[in-house]
Amino acid sequence: MSLSTAATDATTTYNYTVVRQFSIMTVVWGFIGMLVGVILAAQMAFPELNFGPYFHFGRLRPLHTNAVIFAFGGSALMATSFYVVQRTCQARLAFEPLVKFVFWGWQAVIVAAVITLPLGLTSAKEYAELEWPIDILIALVWLSYLAVFVGTIMRRKMPHIYVGNWFYLAFIITVAVLHVVNSAAMPVTLFKSYSAYAGTTDAMIQWWYGHNAVGFFLTAGFLGMMYYYVPKQAERPIYSYRLSIVHFWALISVYMWAGGHHLHYTSLPDWAQNLGMVMSLVLLAPSWGGMINGMMTMSGAWHKLRTDPILRFLVVSLSFYGMATFEGPMMSIKTVNALSHNTDWTIGHVHAGALGWVAMISFGAIYHTIPRIYGQINMYSIPLINLHFWLATIGTVLYIAAMWVNGIAQGLMWRAVNTDGSLMYSFIQSVEVSWPGYIVRLIGGIIFLVGMGLMAYNVWMTIRNAKSVTDAPVTQPA
Amino acid sequence: MFRGANNMDISDLRALATVTTVIAFTGVVWWAYSSKRKSRFDEAANLPFADDEQHEKTSQDQEKKDHE
Repeated sequence: MSLSTAATDATTTYNYTVVRQFSIMTVVWGFIGMLVGVILAAQMAFPELNFGPYFHFGRLRPLHTNAVIFAFGGSALMATSFYVVQRTCQARLAFEPLVKFVFWGWQAVIVAAVITLPLGLTSAKEYAELEWPIDILIALVWLSYLAVFVGTIMRRKMPHIYVGNWFYLAFIITVAVLHVVNSAAMPVTLFKSYSAYAGTTDAMIQWWYGHNAVGFFLTAGFLGMMYYYVPKQAERPIYSYRLSIVHFWALISVYMWAGGHHLHYTSLPDWAQNLGMVMSLVLLAPSWGGMINGMMTMSGAWHKLRTDPILRFLVVSLSFYGMATFEGPMMSIKTVNALSHNTDWTIGHVHAGALGWVAMISFGAIYHTIPRIYGQINMYSIPLINLHFWLATIGTVLYIAAMWVNGIAQGLMWRAVNTDGSLMYSFIQSVEVSWPGYIVRLIGGIIFLVGMGLMAYNVWMTIRNAKSVTDAPVTQPA
Repeated sequence: MFRGANNMDISDLRALATVTTVIAFTGVVWWAYSSKRKSRFDEAANLPFADDEQHEKTSQDQEKKDHE
């Protein structure tokens, strides 16, 4: 494979190099992160597979979440945001050296996570486990990302900033704030630190961070993706640009307050729990506003779903988004949460979002982007995309259905009491009941992973066919 | 009954937050749906396709050249 990048004038072409780098790493980290997920699912079904201490569930679990959220999801967001901001601003990325730092710095963060997490070096904050030296690197990379993104927007040739870029920018700014505040810590040694906050305050800040990692990293960022790739692949503008503006402001102002629902029935003050619950319920409106906006873009173009598996990925991801954002507010209601909390239902809900929404819209976006940045018209094989689509859909459905059944069974068994007030079931009985669900989850996960493998092959073959790679010229205003 | 600025309690703050949110939301909706901005938003909505037109134009130019 020889890729010769044609000599180009630095400002007359788009910077596709970084888009290519992040697109490829999306596929690589996606496969690795999901493989670790499958291993974890196998460990839950067959506990003998826990080889300690480095290969133990407790060490691998944060590796899985970091790899799929920040390595796979993060690379997909960076690849697509750099592609979208250039194409919709008709300007080359600003600050070339910072762009390189964003890519290599982010990869360094991920490699550091792969090394430190199995070693047990962790701050024990969920989705923010990495220790303070890595946290500092993340902050530097993230501020560079912000500078590049804003710098590129300022180079645009038209008065408007496309709505997709609003969502990307909100995601970048908010994640910077969340990360810096939640990771504030007092270092003791190079690999050990203590949170700057104590007790309930620490928990509240952790879940303000944690839920907004969902709200901004896994939602606003991917909505930025949705607002570019759905119209582009359907070949028609977004259903309502006005709705997208209301969607944007409503979503970002409401998400901030929902984190309290992670701490129902804890020592968090009741009013803060109730606020978290009410704001989570309100959140249904902007979430569905965005989903409907994406779906309605398809009106008059539904027939394209018959022939275009990329569009199918994008539309089905919106369906899972709509489903997960309905389920989430329901689970945040305190009485529902009393049943669902700490059960597999939560894991099912997360994966409806992570596999159904985040991964599927990323697959669609990457399949759209790869041929364009490698000078090809289409991916190597459209039938393979179609097969990947079905594997991903079936895998997701098996996964979440198994977790619903397990979660409700566990919730009901844990709170069943005899007439004398004693517990009706021991904990291990609820584990035994969950075993078939763990097997189904493992099967669903393997099916999803096989799809990811097909994608890697398809991407590899597409790139191999690209003999010479040139960056597209910057579009000149008409 | 309003108790005066000196006697504000947490409920006043809550009411104020609700009123502010309603005003802000109404403002955003009014701004987005006002007919003055319709053409602006139509333009913005077509930004993802600006590069297509460019692409078509170049291929049309190419076709013209081919026919010449």
